[in-house]
Amino acid sequence: MLFLQLFWVYIKIGLFGFGGGYAMLSLIQDEVVNKYKWISLQEFTDVVAISQMTPGPIGINSATYIGYTAVHNAGYSAGISILGSCIATFAVCLPSFILVLLISYYFNRFKRNKYVEAAFIGLRPATVGLIAAAALLLMNQENFIDYKSFLIFGAAFLLTWKLKIHPILMIFLAGIAGIILYW
Amino acid sequence: MYRTLFFVFTRIGAFTIGGGYAMLPLIEREVVNRGWISKEEFIDLFAVAQSLPGIFAVNISIFLGYKLKGIPGSIVCALGTILPSFVIILAIALFFSHIQDNVWVEKIFKGLRPAVVALIAVPCLNAAITIGLTWKTALIAIASALLIWLVGVSPVYIIIIAAAGGLVYGLNKKKD
Repeated sequence: MLFLQLFWVYIKIGLFGFGGGYAMLSLIQDEVVNKYKWISLQEFTDVVAISQMTPGPIGINSATYIGYTAVHNAGYSAGISILGSCIATFAVCLPSFILVLLISYYFNRFKRNKYVEAAFIGLRPATVGLIAAAALLLMNQENFIDYKSFLIFGAAFLLTWKLKIHPILMIFLAGIAGIILYW
Repeated sequence: MYRTLFFVFTRIGAFTIGGGYAMLPLIEREVVNRGWISKEEFIDLFAVAQSLPGIFAVNISIFLGYKLKGIPGSIVCALGTILPSFVIILAIALFFSHIQDNVWVEKIFKGLRPAVVALIAVPCLNAAITIGLTWKTALIAIASALLIWLVGVSPVYIIIIAAAGGLVYGLNKKKD
């Protein structure tokens, strides 16, 4: 049952995940944390942090990690949990496969399609909202435990935005800040 | 040929950190310089892959694989892109459950969590600037964010409504 649910949830994430990895986060969170409660919001934040430190698309990283953790948290062995990883990763790619193969036949017609262009008038600003929602949903008491959290947030925000510090370096610096501030 | 495709895309999957768009220069170098497709074709592919749902890098690899070697090619390329992340993340998942209760790991993650929020907030601002939000489109963005955050509306509905709204608005506007 859990495997079927994982498969279905990741099909949905693959199918409605417009606007890149960050916009996909609120979708993943809504299903995986709020609806099915497979992992806690804190674990979800950790998954995002780990995804940002490791190579590869955030969508694949989170599907692999959450697929494993969801099954593992349900009390199964590591071997069966790996199956969860496989199912979630396969499912998140499946809609892409079907859509890309369909579109390859009609590539030139799809390229400047007026319906697609019109839909994106609405989709483009909505994905900005989706990314904002992902950030807002993570600003909770589990992740912001005291004033030091706000200090780290403020510093990370300014460093990434103004000085264009690379996300990996930022994650690394934030880890060091954690060790020093919570010594 | 399949082996070359697989390894080219494994390299693309393994060496790009920080999301699909960071992969782009690498993909372009690998496939355009090998003469697999022309630069113009690559730009077209990019535009179409961008307007599809799902993982951008996976979409691009399926497109290219299909173009070069049909359905088997698309499977090989997609597997190549996925495999490095899959293996690395699985290793971390297996390992992390053993160390997550360690005091030092806890301290590190206390520092990481607020930074992660900042690392999502910055691309959000950048996306808003790139798109060039007007007060009307900014309203769509704000309404979407608030509906998801405060009301708990599923992002799936937001996407369906936004696409439908765009269609109605865009197609009527063209008639005028």
